[in-house]
Amino acid sequence: MSGTFVGMPAFPKAAHEAVNNPTLRGNLRHATHTIRTKRAKAVAEVSDWAELREAGKRIKDHTLRHLDGYLVRLEESVTAAGGVVHWAADAEEANRIVTELVRATGEREVVKVKSMATQEIGLNEALEAAGIHAYETDLAELIVQLGKDRPSHILVPAIHRNRGEIRDIFVREMGAWGRAAPEGLTDSPAELAEAARLHLREKFLRAKVGISGANFMVAETGTLVVVESEGNGRMCLTLPETLISVVGIEKIVPTWRDLEVFLQTLPRSSTAERMNPYTSMWTGTTDGDGPRAFHLVLLDNGRTDTLADEVGRQALRCIRCSACLNVCPVYERAGGHAYGSVYPGPIGAILSPQLRGTASEIDASLPYASSLCGACYEVCPVAIDIPEVLVHLRERIAQGGRATRDGNTVVLKPAKGHAAERAAMRAARWAFSHPGALGAGQRLASRTRRFHPRTLPGPGRAWSGTRDLPTVPAEPFREWWQRTRGGKDTTK
Amino acid sequence: MSSRDLILGRVRRALADVPRDGTPPVPEQSGRDLRYEQAVDRSYLREHGARSLAETVDLLAENLADYRAVVHRATEEELPYVVMRLLAERGPQYVLVPPGLPPEWMSAADPTRVHDRAVSTPGELDKVTSVVTGCALAIAETGTIVLDGGPDQGRRRITLIPDHHICVVRVPGQVVASVPQAMERLDPTRPLTWISGPSATSDIELDRVEGVHGPRTLEVVLVGEV
Ligand code: SF4
Repeated sequence: MSGTFVGMPAFPKAAHEAVNNPTLRGNLRHATHTIRTKRAKAVAEVSDWAELREAGKRIKDHTLRHLDGYLVRLEESVTAAGGVVHWAADAEEANRIVTELVRATGEREVVKVKSMATQEIGLNEALEAAGIHAYETDLAELIVQLGKDRPSHILVPAIHRNRGEIRDIFVREMGAWGRAAPEGLTDSPAELAEAARLHLREKFLRAKVGISGANFMVAETGTLVVVESEGNGRMCLTLPETLISVVGIEKIVPTWRDLEVFLQTLPRSSTAERMNPYTSMWTGTTDGDGPRAFHLVLLDNGRTDTLADEVGRQALRCIRCSACLNVCPVYERAGGHAYGSVYPGPIGAILSPQLRGTASEIDASLPYASSLCGACYEVCPVAIDIPEVLVHLRERIAQGGRATRDGNTVVLKPAKGHAAERAAMRAARWAFSHPGALGAGQRLASRTRRFHPRTLPGPGRAWSGTRDLPTVPAEPFREWWQRTRGGKDTTK
Repeated sequence: MSSRDLILGRVRRALADVPRDGTPPVPEQSGRDLRYEQAVDRSYLREHGARSLAETVDLLAENLADYRAVVHRATEEELPYVVMRLLAERGPQYVLVPPGLPPEWMSAADPTRVHDRAVSTPGELDKVTSVVTGCALAIAETGTIVLDGGPDQGRRRITLIPDHHICVVRVPGQVVASVPQAMERLDPTRPLTWISGPSATSDIELDRVEGVHGPRTLEVVLVGEV
């Protein structure tokens, strides 16, 4: 299992494989449609959704525009509350800091709360190399870890697995990691959850070190926030003696009060609930309650490079709700693995190439993994204009231009004649050969006007390459969109 | 150069296009920074809909139940008997109570008490079958109870390890309508746990299963009258 997905084929090839896997496609379609419908209902319950969305956008934009000031303020608040702040410029440095912190405790195992930041940096692998076992404790992450697999969705990482596969993984692998699966385990979700409960409980009760990410950090107070459902987060955040949180620098909000906006928009956008079952908030350390030592590792790893891009920086507003995945016609067919990143779907298509640069084939192809239909923008609770950023990144790949890598300005060459362009072209053709492409309508036309016909093959050429079509789900994107307006349909 | 200076330097260079008017508007705990207040439009609602106090409490009960918490209502006098009944229904008990729980709440029940001592390990707490606590407040619109580690709630771990949590909410005093109203009343320097229904997961084919790691049963007693 690799957190960084090194050596992934470019999007179209990976997507092609996914499209030809009917089980995967069925699971994905069921999942995205179910969550989408529920979400629309949860959003419709709050009459001020538009105002909350605007406030969320402005809070995040304001924070990003003054990020240096807020980072310093956060460091002061966390330190004053008894925490220790570390700064990590890249994945390697973050892994080194965490490894040393764990080593200093003398422990050889850690329990982990689901965290995309630690997946992004490949922390589990780095710890393993240092002889430290990291146990994922979110049920879906446990399934992924035991299955030596990769997550395929932000919110439901094991959505590509069905219950029979999960049972087989538990029966086969649990014993090697700790408490074995109970005799006669069936594939009922309740029994599988119980098996996970027993397996993980012995780890929680003896763990001395917990590792987490965070959904939000409050500059004003130094408070960190983790939003979850199962209680594994609470276990990892409160039972161990040492807590280490690895958090991207973009996760700051300025004030305590700002949380009122995101605690309303995040649960509804992500799990379609009024509120998720558990939210934990902690400020440094508390005498007699919870970990005695708290370390916060602030992670850059490409975020400042993303910040330097005036169009692309809005991707840093993302609160990882996964709503954009669930409405995306391309994600629905291609699946999360095709994106070759811990950030799949529309947000992954703009975030990964910015965090990592577009030097690799997969990263150069990601901005083309979209039909530009705009559904992702419509649902995004912080109003990230994903299509705008996609077009911007396509232009940069095709025409070259200035970008920032590791803090330095670089001038990228146009991709013409290069592998990246070929990958991009194939991706474009792939996206356009799917039902989303031609039904994408006005938004597509207006968005792509600037670079037609230089970087995209014309629709005719796209259609000529549609050998995948017979295996694509029946409903064309255009019809789906008309029927549901991007998931706003609540009649189903 | 330290990574701190490196990252802060990169941030400043990345924001070269952003006009800087002197110091960044960093809010202080004492008093608000006006520029920040102006940067964020807070025209969203403080409460969704107009409700009487009684209606707000009803909404809380409804939303708690919708997320599979078991809701009971009682007067002050009835409360000890309700607690007794809820504990007795689960058979022989090891019950954990935080140090500052009002003694009258437990005056009718006679379970084997377990105390959360500084030296007790999580493994010892694993023997506990039920825990009884108060709360800091409850949010009607979302069906959420919030614990802040106060004397009638205890440390975070005691409401986490036992499988059965009985939480007493005083109405109407501890009930707020909305998340914004809750934020105003909570103290960020305390560790906070927001609970909306029992532990749950939908990770296996999106089938909801209650109780993975946290308590599988959450019973909320709304005590008092409106
Ligand atoms: S881009 Fe928007 S919709 Fe997608 S995960 Fe991020 S916040 Fe959610």
